[in-house]
Amino acid sequence: MDQFFIGASVALCVIIFLALYRAVFGPTVFDRVVGAGFVGTKTAVLLVLIGFIYGRLDMFVDLALVYSILNFIGTLIISKYFLRRPSR
Amino acid sequence: MIALLILAIFLVVAGIFFFFAATVGFLRFPDFYTRMHATGKGDTFGLLLSLLGLSIYNMLENPTWYMGVVQTVKVLSIAVFWFLASPTATHALLRSAFESGVMPWTKDGKPVIERGEGEKKA
Repeated sequence: MDQFFIGASVALCVIIFLALYRAVFGPTVFDRVVGAGFVGTKTAVLLVLIGFIYGRLDMFVDLALVYSILNFIGTLIISKYFLRRPSR
Repeated sequence: MIALLILAIFLVVAGIFFFFAATVGFLRFPDFYTRMHATGKGDTFGLLLSLLGLSIYNMLENPTWYMGVVQTVKVLSIAVFWFLASPTATHALLRSAFESGVMPWTKDGKPVIERGEGEKKA
């Protein structure tokens, strides 16, 4: 079962690197924000998978919870900050 | 027991498939609003499926109180929180992008929405 978790983690890392293209070269600044949030969603799942691999789920699931909350608050604050500004 | 294990593996693989579909939409769609359409749905559903599969596997692997039930509730609380938070973040970002002048994509390049109240020309 560890092999399956490692394979799923590698697949998630590949998906993260695909999404980083849009986060780096996005035409508008909102594309970059969405790319950062997209990476954050994968990272929550990836932290739970790493918790299963190391056998320390009780520690890593707290990290995943805090990471997703911080990701949400950061997206809200950035969307408030760029309201009514030029979009590049 | 083995059926629940197969169900857990299937749910995790389905979640990764939805993540991959959301990434393809995020890379290939032509403007910001359609990209948000792809990510806002595929991301939420993929995370829900993945964490559901992982919580089923955790209940099978550790049938105790602390490592089993408490951690499973925490993993499911991530999914429930993200199911509430992701539409909120998507809506706030879309409204912010629309009010700061990101135009929707059309096939002939003409704007479909007239911008009122003396805003700047896109």
